[in-house]
Amino acid sequence: MIVLAPEGLYCPSGDFFVDPVRPVARALITHGHGDHARSGHGAVLATPETIGIMKVRYGADRIGTTQAVKPGETLRLGDVAVSFHPAGHVYGSAQVRMAFPPRAPGRAPVTVVVSGDYKREEDPTCRPFEVVPCDVFVTEATFGLPVFRHSRTEDEIAKLLASQRLFPERAHLVGAYVLGKAQRVMALLRRAGYDRPIYVHGAVVKLTNFYENEGIRLGDVRRVDPKERPKLGGEIVICPPSALQDLWARKFPDPVVGFASGWMRVRNRARQKGVELPLVISDHADWEALCTTVAETGCSKLLVTHGEADALVYWARSQGIEAEPLHILGYGDEDAEPEIAEDAA
Amino acid sequence: MNRFALLLDRLGYEPSRLNKLRLLVDYFRTVPDPERGLALAAMTDALVFTHAKPNVVRALAATRVDPHLFDLSYDYVGDLSECVALLWPAPPREPGIGHNRPPLTLSEVVMTLATAGKLELPRLIAEWLDLLDETGRWALLKLITGSLRIGVSARLAKTAVGELGGRTANEIEEVWHGLRPPYVELFAWVEGRGERPDAVDPAPFSPPMLAHPIEERDFAALDPAAFRAEWKWDGIRVQASRGLEADGSTVVRLFSRTGEDVSDSFPDLGEMLATLPAPRFSLDGELLIVREGLVQPFGVLQQRLNRRTVTLKLLADFPAHIRAYDLLRLGDKDLRALPYTERRERLAAFIDEAGNPALDLSPLVAFTNWDDLAAARRDPASAGGGPDAEAIEGLMLKRADSPYLPGRPKGPWWKWKREPFIVDAVMMYAQRGSGKRSSFYSDYTFGVWRSDAEGEGLVPVGKAYSGFTDAELVKLDRYVRNNTVNRFGPVREVVHGQDEGLVLEIAFEGLNPSTRHKSGVAMRFPRVARIRWDKPAREADRIETLEALLRVPA
Repeated sequence: MIVLAPEGLYCPSGDFFVDPVRPVARALITHGHGDHARSGHGAVLATPETIGIMKVRYGADRIGTTQAVKPGETLRLGDVAVSFHPAGHVYGSAQVRMAFPPRAPGRAPVTVVVSGDYKREEDPTCRPFEVVPCDVFVTEATFGLPVFRHSRTEDEIAKLLASQRLFPERAHLVGAYVLGKAQRVMALLRRAGYDRPIYVHGAVVKLTNFYENEGIRLGDVRRVDPKERPKLGGEIVICPPSALQDLWARKFPDPVVGFASGWMRVRNRARQKGVELPLVISDHADWEALCTTVAETGCSKLLVTHGEADALVYWARSQGIEAEPLHILGYGDEDAEPEIAEDAA
Repeated sequence: MNRFALLLDRLGYEPSRLNKLRLLVDYFRTVPDPERGLALAAMTDALVFTHAKPNVVRALAATRVDPHLFDLSYDYVGDLSECVALLWPAPPREPGIGHNRPPLTLSEVVMTLATAGKLELPRLIAEWLDLLDETGRWALLKLITGSLRIGVSARLAKTAVGELGGRTANEIEEVWHGLRPPYVELFAWVEGRGERPDAVDPAPFSPPMLAHPIEERDFAALDPAAFRAEWKWDGIRVQASRGLEADGSTVVRLFSRTGEDVSDSFPDLGEMLATLPAPRFSLDGELLIVREGLVQPFGVLQQRLNRRTVTLKLLADFPAHIRAYDLLRLGDKDLRALPYTERRERLAAFIDEAGNPALDLSPLVAFTNWDDLAAARRDPASAGGGPDAEAIEGLMLKRADSPYLPGRPKGPWWKWKREPFIVDAVMMYAQRGSGKRSSFYSDYTFGVWRSDAEGEGLVPVGKAYSGFTDAELVKLDRYVRNNTVNRFGPVREVVHGQDEGLVLEIAFEGLNPSTRHKSGVAMRFPRVARIRWDKPAREADRIETLEALLRVPA
């Protein structure tokens, strides 16, 4: 029903790929992150939001012909019935459900769900994850180890605000991936009652404007004027993680280096990145959420695309679920990979 | 426990020494006795919990977490305490549970562990883990397993204590010997509330003077006439200290470079030092194995170091020797402020008077200019090193007028190591590192070509985990992930063969024969000198190249 080709997950009977890592004729895209949504495909099927994001990132002329599929809407590709369901990962993110006709008369149809990346935690900037019952569940496992237990995001935001009160003269830089994480941190700050302007690195501007245009209110967000950096003591500045170690970051008054990522749970990971203020805010499911989700789908077979697959596969087998790691190369977690140069000026 | 855990947590993330000091001073200023004294003890390694070994913690974790999931997690996190702290199931949060219990203090932990038996330990630790949050669990486990590793040296902690009352770390160290946790009288003295603690260590350890590696460009600014040169011996640096207790009995101690008391491993040296005519002295030198007047290569010394129990046979087979190069104290005189040449004269007289075959003077290397010295470094054997040349790993340059200063002052002493050996090898396996590099594939097993009954193939000859920059590590890590052909638990086999594979230029300090390794050789301190992305694997070196370097110890 689905096979692993060099380009990525392929469905022969529908003749399409899901989140291929190389250009293909027809691609179903789960969400807008660069490792899942690449440019150069012939035709792209995705949620309207994801197509919007791809247009912002790549330009309308570099993503082929597009077809927007609303969540819950069913579409026929060959003999496969395809539908998209919210994944809770970032704005527009979706799981792809594929229903295949029964193999023999009298037998039940088979459902496969490719989750893409997902989380179960509430997120003010996207629709919550929906459990889609299936026979075969294809999951990520970015945080697929029992040591990953994400904190409550409110506590992490409180930590950031407490540090800001403690060091009112220092700029607080928060490294956050430019799509999703950055806007989620802004929304969480607003929810915590933070009403001062939030400053952002140039690379964050375009997608933040897109979120605003889509009706997600993020308050007073201002692009950092490079000349003004020395005056931003006491302010919160959101930038891509890669900018934290740049010369760009050094011009702020005695900056406190923060980083919003699930990786911050592990001390050495934070230290490797020179982070002083680790904020455990993740757009991926933690260990509990991965196991819970696998159980709730009721699947009898589990395929793990990427991440710390070994532990999740081991756990699933111990629950009597047939499980295989796919070790797909080319999917990373967005925080650990170098980012696509996105108008970094 | 909470304040202590927060302190450790913040120290761990704080990169600047100055800010660490501020955090420590703030802690010592605001936390009362005995809590702060116990924290000081923890940071100076003065607390030892004999039963709380890492394997107890591991076994405890196994009662709550699936062992396989534990192994995978531990491999990823690379630190036992942190791994268990993260894995430990969160305690139930219902109100009422533990409600009336006072918060766990450092004193409670220390006092309880001091009296608890081995069998009670798991229950106690589990109870505490249930009481604490993630940071608290981490700090508790770090504390009781005795490996804080938060980038705070004992010296820095003492500096912070000194700052409470304008005292220096050296002043603290002078009285340190006679003190025990929780150091109530020390804090009282520093804060001006009490007398200076009276404690004179009869056989003290003085922080050793260390040398900076010298670079080609440094020579231009240095005057050869102002320096003396000695061989750099390939043994272990020791400080031998002897004195008299108040009751007149003799105390002899042998310290490692870091101040660890290693007397028990070298009773032969202890006996030798006790029989010398001078009753009170401290000398600095190199511990070597000398057989029939010949200094043995480091590999031989290592064989003695590897043995747990010191038997008579071991003493006879591996006779220990001290080659002295400095005299820090003689009688009641501290000689450290004297110039090097004067200390050396006294040392020579001391050794002469001692007349003991297991103690001699490290000779000077004659030179008039830096070229002479470069020649001696290239060929120690013909520059006076003679038959001991194999145990020489370079030269030490010491300013004739240099006083003996603790630490690593820049300028007075330099070390000039001989050139490392170089071999081109192929990466075969990779494993994740620990500490700062955990979760990166940073430990590489590499091999060279060999023909044997099975044909032409790569045979592993060593493992390297340093020598590359962080940026190179990121590339190497990606290479490993993208070129894995097999997984054996935490180990990944990386593609290697005639036509594919990554060549690593490996630098190493020496080679010893080994029966434990398939290749028959063991490298000393191998590290990656260069990554040869350009070089085809089939052009890597062959085992014969290494075998030619192999020197069979006598």
